[in-house]
Amino acid sequence: MARITAGVGCSHVPAIGVAMDTGITDQPYWQPVFKGFEKSRDWMKAAKPDVIFLVYNDHCTVFDASCIPTFALGCAAEFHPADEGWGPRPVPVVRNHQKLASHIAQSLILDEFDITIMNEMEVDHGLTVPLSVMYGEIDKDGEWPALVIPLCVNVVQYPAPTGNRCFNLGRAVRRAIESFDEELNVVIFGTGGMSHQLQYKRAGLINAEWDKRFMDMLVNDPVAASQIPHVEYLREAGSEGVEMVMWHVMRGALDEQVTEVHRHYHVPASNTAVGHVILENRG
Amino acid sequence: MTMKKDYEDIPGTFVFDADRSREGYHLNQFCISLRQQANREAFNADEGAYLDRFPMTPEQRQAVLSRDWNGMLALGGNVYYTSKLAANDGINFQQLAGIMTGMGNEAYREMMVKGGRSIEGNRYKSEWGEE
Repeated sequence: MARITAGVGCSHVPAIGVAMDTGITDQPYWQPVFKGFEKSRDWMKAAKPDVIFLVYNDHCTVFDASCIPTFALGCAAEFHPADEGWGPRPVPVVRNHQKLASHIAQSLILDEFDITIMNEMEVDHGLTVPLSVMYGEIDKDGEWPALVIPLCVNVVQYPAPTGNRCFNLGRAVRRAIESFDEELNVVIFGTGGMSHQLQYKRAGLINAEWDKRFMDMLVNDPVAASQIPHVEYLREAGSEGVEMVMWHVMRGALDEQVTEVHRHYHVPASNTAVGHVILENRG
Repeated sequence: MTMKKDYEDIPGTFVFDADRSREGYHLNQFCISLRQQANREAFNADEGAYLDRFPMTPEQRQAVLSRDWNGMLALGGNVYYTSKLAANDGINFQQLAGIMTGMGNEAYREMMVKGGRSIEGNRYKSEWGEE
């Protein structure tokens, strides 16, 4: 049986990818950002997931304004890094566990989560930056150490799905994965955040106190965390901070009681606060 | 019944909701088209001719031509789309924020390194002396 053993929460700031791709991670500006992922890379080597279920959002790269699915599940055999306007990231092609992905799609729909099925899709920094920070630099002709099932969530056009919906979707993802008849170690990633606003006169907003409280709640009182209304993210964590709803999908897929094995928080990476947690199921 | 907008009192912020998305549709579709190298080349060769492909309003078209980044947002643009135009111009997200806030790149970067813009005094339009 496939099992979800752990969850990872992680920001996916594009500039972090640029820093890795241009080899400047040891500069004083970037060093503290990457220092916090050293332990994570060791953890990934020990955890050795077969499959990563990766919850992220597209940043008006692959999905233009003509089609805006709230939840889109990647069911293609592979996903190429997209050109976001400055050329594709030089990272490996992302390969799927296609049978598990289509099993999850069927299971979710019968579980009344009407997701969109993507049989062709490129992926932007929202998906590849979390893989890069957790695995380190991998040449574009190499391979990611795990297969990846992307779940793309609309958080660009208001309203994003509610935290509650995301949390319950996470529970359904767990039911789907744990009904798949193959021995697989699955780790789920919830990405995006922390507080940031990229637009207009309030750009640059950071609310470290709120971010830290969010991570505390997510770990210890996840149902309460899932009830935070959109307006609170928008006001307290910035208009783009609403991305954090995606962390609830990850948390919903884990046990009620989890062990926090690592946490990292740093301001800034470009316009954004970087947040990261690793949570293990105890079972 | 109209959806209640409980986010309209946040200062310095455009929440990209259905109304903004509808208004900005062709502007945003223009911006995302610049994701393709061939389109970037066509746009850079003749901006006006390229913009003729997109039925945006004269105000939106002018905002693009004059790189009025806040104007584009006010006319229904979203920053993830307008950032594609910025990228075409060699402007990254942080430099774009420096322009939109009116702070300039150095002062904005300095603010971020010092922990970013505080939430204190920045939650409500009333704190900015706005309606």
